[in-house]
Amino acid sequence: MNIFDILGPIMVGPSSSHTAGAVKIGKVARMLLGAEPKHAWITLHGSFAATGAGHGTDKALIAGLLGMNPDDMRIPDSELIAEQQGLEYCFQTKYIRGAHPNTAVIRVDDGMGKEVNMQASSIGGGRIRVNGIDGIHVDFSAESPTLIVNNEDRPGHVAAVTSILAEADINIATLTLNRGKRGGKAIFVTETDLDIPSFVVEKISRIPGVLKVTYLNA
Amino acid sequence: MPFHSLGEIEKHSREEGKSFFEVILEDDINERKTTREESLNRMHTMWAAMLEAANSYDPELKSNSGLVGKNGAKMDEYQKKGKTLCGDFVSQVITQALQMGESNACMKRIVAAPTAGACGVLPAVLIPYYKRYQETSDAIVEALYVAAGIGQVIASRAFIAGAAGGCQAEIGSASAMAAGALCALRGGDTRQIISACGMALKNLLGLVCDPVAGLVEVPCVKRNVIGAMNALSCADMALAGIESAIPSDQVIDAMREVGEKMDVSLRETGMGGLAATPAGQEITKNLKSRKF
Repeated sequence: MNIFDILGPIMVGPSSSHTAGAVKIGKVARMLLGAEPKHAWITLHGSFAATGAGHGTDKALIAGLLGMNPDDMRIPDSELIAEQQGLEYCFQTKYIRGAHPNTAVIRVDDGMGKEVNMQASSIGGGRIRVNGIDGIHVDFSAESPTLIVNNEDRPGHVAAVTSILAEADINIATLTLNRGKRGGKAIFVTETDLDIPSFVVEKISRIPGVLKVTYLNA
Repeated sequence: MPFHSLGEIEKHSREEGKSFFEVILEDDINERKTTREESLNRMHTMWAAMLEAANSYDPELKSNSGLVGKNGAKMDEYQKKGKTLCGDFVSQVITQALQMGESNACMKRIVAAPTAGACGVLPAVLIPYYKRYQETSDAIVEALYVAAGIGQVIASRAFIAGAAGGCQAEIGSASAMAAGALCALRGGDTRQIISACGMALKNLLGLVCDPVAGLVEVPCVKRNVIGAMNALSCADMALAGIESAIPSDQVIDAMREVGEKMDVSLRETGMGGLAATPAGQEITKNLKSRKF
């Protein structure tokens, strides 16, 4: 942890895990959707479900879906802003087996055909881990530049992506590949040290068998 | 590599003839591969955010649960009558600690230091000090590096989250950080800073995390007061030349051991201590009716 993990973050209270982390979860869901969210179905598990109302976890998740950051003073008013911007949402609580105590599942769509289903946990100090996308297990923090490639489960994709990154002189910090069922859909996540230029992201999205590329850079 | 012990910081400080602040600043520059200017600017931003948070206190606001709010205003009013037992300066510290804790509970913007629940401790001592002694913001920023360096060692050897080690890990750590920062501001040397930190942590050893209904409200807001008061007294003791009989790194290790032995009901689960009292459970029951 660096000294600004100790002194900081600057955030809207009351809880780094239940509020600041929840804003980040909402924001990552928005970025994964890659569009203005119109409908959100949010499931809360564990401590999020038990104490979320008192911690403003609901307001924080909605604020994140609206694109706010954890220090945005409008977080307490996010429900009103959602209404003005036409974002409809509902909450439910549910026990999710094996999930971290502070976990949310967000299904969100843009009302025009795009939809994403994400599971993420708030692990303390405002940091999060994304643990699932569209039912496929993943594990990343969204703190460093992160490339998420949805592809068909066929040989050669990892090599194709990494060689494009190598050509662009981008060093890979972590790399994981997970799939639903054999020959079905797979998700390839790589976190890098440096920012990935848009033309590189573009090039990766043109690899045959790649269904969707999302680039997160907070 | 961030420092794993206060002893290492003292060694660097002694061998290179540098202050505690300089040692931490240089380590940050190396660690984040940044410049002196960027690091200092960023710390100035943290200080500015603390001041802004203090200024934005709303005396009328209550938290979502209705459990906390308005007490910082009450304390302020009382203190201004000039009849406090603690005197003006310490009463201002109490007021600031309450106000920052309440602002946090009321979803205002604060600086986690080291956590949101303990965000009142450092500003509670630094802001009244800044005003009373007309201190420069540069000096306060240097003291914040001292605080952050101490927090970093505690996080590395033990923990800074209530869920991991109880309130001693949150308010205790914040208090140790504030004690060191105050000691540095008053011209204390590295050894005195480390003593202040060790004594502050020692005094809050064993403090459990027992928030009513699991919220960062009761008893968290008022515990920011004890964290700040404890920092003041430990900084003064260290500046008087009093040392901790147990070296400060070993105090941190003891905090870890105590935290690990602490029952899970006393680690931010809202199941033990004050949360489990009849009054605490009654409050929890009433809040539970407000579901999603």
